[in-house]
Amino acid sequence: MTKKPTYYHFLGCVIPHRYPSVEKATNLVFEDLGIKLLDLVGASCCPAPGVFGSFDRVTWATISARNLTLAEEGGHSITTGCNGCFASLWDANHELKHDDELRDAVNENLSVIDREFKGTIEVTHYVDALYASAGLEKIREKVTRPLEDVRMALHPGCHWMRPKNIKKKDDSEHPQIFRNLCETSGATYLPYKDELICCGAGGAVRTADVKTALDFTKQKFESIEAVGGADIIVTPCPFCELQLDLGQVEIQKFFEKEFRYDVMHIVELLALAFGHDPDEFGLTTHLQYMQRKIQPNWEVLGIERPQPEDVAASE
Amino acid sequence: MPIGNGFKAENLALSIRRCIKLVSVEEKVPIDIDEVDKDFVDMVKKAGGPNIQSCFQCGTCSGSCPAGARTNYLVRGIIRKALLGLKEECVSSPELWFCTTCYTCTDRCPQDVQPTEVIKAIRNIAVQSGYMLAPHQKVAAKVVEVGHAVPLGGTTWENLREKVGLIRVPPNASGNQWAIDEIQKITKKSGFDDLIGYEEFMKAEAEKAKKKAEEKAKEKAEQEAKEKAKEKKA
Ligand code: SF4
Ligand code: SF4
Repeated sequence: MTKKPTYYHFLGCVIPHRYPSVEKATNLVFEDLGIKLLDLVGASCCPAPGVFGSFDRVTWATISARNLTLAEEGGHSITTGCNGCFASLWDANHELKHDDELRDAVNENLSVIDREFKGTIEVTHYVDALYASAGLEKIREKVTRPLEDVRMALHPGCHWMRPKNIKKKDDSEHPQIFRNLCETSGATYLPYKDELICCGAGGAVRTADVKTALDFTKQKFESIEAVGGADIIVTPCPFCELQLDLGQVEIQKFFEKEFRYDVMHIVELLALAFGHDPDEFGLTTHLQYMQRKIQPNWEVLGIERPQPEDVAASE
Repeated sequence: MPIGNGFKAENLALSIRRCIKLVSVEEKVPIDIDEVDKDFVDMVKKAGGPNIQSCFQCGTCSGSCPAGARTNYLVRGIIRKALLGLKEECVSSPELWFCTTCYTCTDRCPQDVQPTEVIKAIRNIAVQSGYMLAPHQKVAAKVVEVGHAVPLGGTTWENLREKVGLIRVPPNASGNQWAIDEIQKITKKSGFDDLIGYEEFMKAEAEKAKKKAEEKAKEKAEQEAKEKAKEKKA
């Protein structure tokens, strides 16, 4: 028997602390595909690349390198479901492997906790792990509940694929990989003009001024509206997910404009397509649903739910 | 009106040592190009923007920039100012912080200037020069304090984790004090604590929390006294 592909699971902040449904869906989907995930115990914030990288490059690289050394100790590569965490860890790993001056400065800092960056592992995003370790064929085989007739707008986000000349993954002007993965769910890809613009949250902009950040998001929603609206928006990043999901509640507050889109991380989309019950991973815990006291659009998603009466009767 | 003009000064203007206030480009007085800092370009190159001198001012970056489309942030302009050695102009401008680091400019720049990296480098120098927005200082301090920019933050979120069938506290730094200790040793060593004024910040926060608690206690006591008086009357 061949050995199971194994990764350290880097959680970051937003997935485990605000969108735990993504963490749970990841466990389900990776298990279904025979990919083993190990806890990366004691991992910290990645730290956020546009935030910490903007404050002090060496400290950013040091905190990131500390996370990398945790994985180096165990000898497995990392996978993460966040574009920001991916960018931070991937960039740091790349820069430390190529920039001796930075590496010396970082290792000097790490020496106070008896750690050293060695450069022995790789950093992947769930998208890479799913695409390379499982493959589209195997993923398609696992789909038992295709999301037929669901019109899906994609938000690939920025940091998984950019900068393209350094990351060398996909054409950032015409990305294909994320779309191919999402299409395995059976949902229909819906092109819209502003698919590739940033959600607005990155680079410490959401932290500095949430209204400006939301103005990006609003442009995206309006662009989706212009093609007749989508049934769901899918993204590979929990920070983008937060901005698109909770952002709808905030946009209503700041701009008095109401949007109502179900937003999912790609692993949540796959968990549904693989036949998992939404309650198995807590889809209804998205911040938009909780704050607006609403439910996902079950009918459009083609998911049958017990009627409220049934629930009452069975209790 | 671009929404960048609608900023509230109290949200954005605080820095550790100096105040920065947002004004639109149109309102700015002409810059004085006699005040040049000849070392600034080298500083930017060293801080992470090595290709800055390849810029030939074509404007592809600004034309691609979603931040520039809605605020007074102009990436090409900042790069030009940096090349002229106008350090103070660059580091003190609050709009420097509107870039979301989306890297669209970097993917399109015909000269491989990597404008995103240049902007990040200038931001590093801005922070060194004492220009940092208050919410940024707060988030930087959070990572030093608890190891996460977005902390787990109490029972509400632990309950949410439990609700979806996960352990209440994830295996990251949130549940591992040793990991937080390691982060704190690193940020002390790298000089980050001093850079962001961590200790003073934490002291001020503790002071604020204390005051709040005292006020609450006072309110409670007053309420109780009122109720007692009511009881007596009855
Ligand atoms: S796209 Fe590149 S060369 Fe053109 S102005 Fe921007 S940084 Fe300069
Ligand atoms: S990385 Fe920053 S400067 Fe470049 S296009 Fe994006 S927001 Fe504009």
